[in-house]
Amino acid sequence: MDQEPRTANQEPRTPSYAVKRSIGEHVLWKERGPLLSRLDLELTERCDNACIHCCINLPAADAQAQARELRTGEWQDILRQAADVGALSVRFTGGEPLLREDFAELYLYARRLGLKVLLFTNARLITPELADLLARIPPRELIEVSVYGMRRESYEAVTRAPGSYDEFRRGVGLLWERRVPFVVKGALLPPNKGEMEEFEAWAATIPWMVVPPGYAMFFELRGRRDSEARNRLIASLRLPPEEGMAVLTRRREAYYKDRVEFCTKFMRAPGSLLFGCGAGYGGSSCVDAYGLLQPCMALRDPQLAYDLRKGSLREAVTSFFPGLLSEMRATNPQYLERCARCFLHGLCEQCPGKSWSEHGTLDTPVEYLCQVAHAQARYLGLLAEGERAWEVEDGRERVSKMTKEVEA
Amino acid sequence: MAEIGLDAVVMPSEDVVAREIEGELIIVPLVAGIGDMEDELYTLNETGKAVWDRLDGKTSLRAVAAALAEEYEAPVGEIEKDILGLIEELLKRRMLVEARGV
Repeated sequence: MDQEPRTANQEPRTPSYAVKRSIGEHVLWKERGPLLSRLDLELTERCDNACIHCCINLPAADAQAQARELRTGEWQDILRQAADVGALSVRFTGGEPLLREDFAELYLYARRLGLKVLLFTNARLITPELADLLARIPPRELIEVSVYGMRRESYEAVTRAPGSYDEFRRGVGLLWERRVPFVVKGALLPPNKGEMEEFEAWAATIPWMVVPPGYAMFFELRGRRDSEARNRLIASLRLPPEEGMAVLTRRREAYYKDRVEFCTKFMRAPGSLLFGCGAGYGGSSCVDAYGLLQPCMALRDPQLAYDLRKGSLREAVTSFFPGLLSEMRATNPQYLERCARCFLHGLCEQCPGKSWSEHGTLDTPVEYLCQVAHAQARYLGLLAEGERAWEVEDGRERVSKMTKEVEA
Repeated sequence: MAEIGLDAVVMPSEDVVAREIEGELIIVPLVAGIGDMEDELYTLNETGKAVWDRLDGKTSLRAVAAALAEEYEAPVGEIEKDILGLIEELLKRRMLVEARGV
């Protein structure tokens, strides 16, 4: 009988028939991969925090929103469909997904279908029972806990939820005691800006933190475009690009290494095609709390949503999204003049989702993201002061040169 | 663990979930203690998959080997040896359980 070639992380003793595969490093499929590798499930838009910078949080007690949310059986049906189209993992997010009273039921259901579960949470609602469940039947993905401050005052100045700091600490403690693998990530905001060192020192003591925590700081506006006042507040909390660069480049070597790898792989002028990212099919899609499937978590354009209450996930990823998105092109002259020709695409986070939340269109340049990308490119030596990336003709050569220099 | 014999009958453990995705059999650990990394899953090669599909908790390994020998037109002795190797490994990894004695 034939055997698979051995890989470096396999046990070296006897011939192995069961081949251990790390999905991130190996291509499992010789020809065609699954129709969808991950499905994001936004179990609720409600949250027990009311964070000043958040792009998706309705009050926890919003009965109207709760009444519209998918029922347990409907989520289970979607999970079954996700497994049927070959998804290896699902992400439970929100809002705060643990607000759903049926969270444990949905979690178990997903795991029993053979899906790995990535959980995004603020950890406030983790109970001993839930932590026990996560220890006994692990999610097989690191739980990601958002942290808003290292002290009660700073944390709750961000969350605007009295008592939230103690609940977060208790929730994290429950995971840690039971050795449920989790990592933490921060959001850099005025109330907690002075606590970075303290946060990182604490994060370094968490056994599963193999790299320092990342920070949200170039905040997204609300994808629902539901409050101009909230969007103005979020925009006011964004770090100025140069200040953001100072944070990103505190570990200069790691930053360079990461960016060089990223730039080499992903940076190129996109032309007028809007969805070269593969959103919606092949990679991942996102179901909102009410059963609408969207190409990604950021993009809330109702014209691009597919109602899973009326159709199937398979139909959406094999027909609806490919038909709709694969040839969708930008028409905005400003976009065609700038973004379509810009070699920083990839490094720049400009995308239809960001354009939608900022402007309500798919192809309007987002000035702030453009500034952030230019600041990074100047730091990396890809652009000189005053240069505009979309006017640069030798972008690919500049990226190659930077790669060679850093490798040397 | 006692050495497994050809009269053994085994079946997939309830502690794992086997999924076939685009022709690949992927074994996803369900409970803690199987698989040591969060992002690691297991796959079986083509012949491993052919064996796995026949492990129904009723058929002996000898009968599985005989069926495969006929299907693949291969010497039964060689197949029996390989099956025992595979089963021992999967039992060790807690992906299979014995349905009755060895």
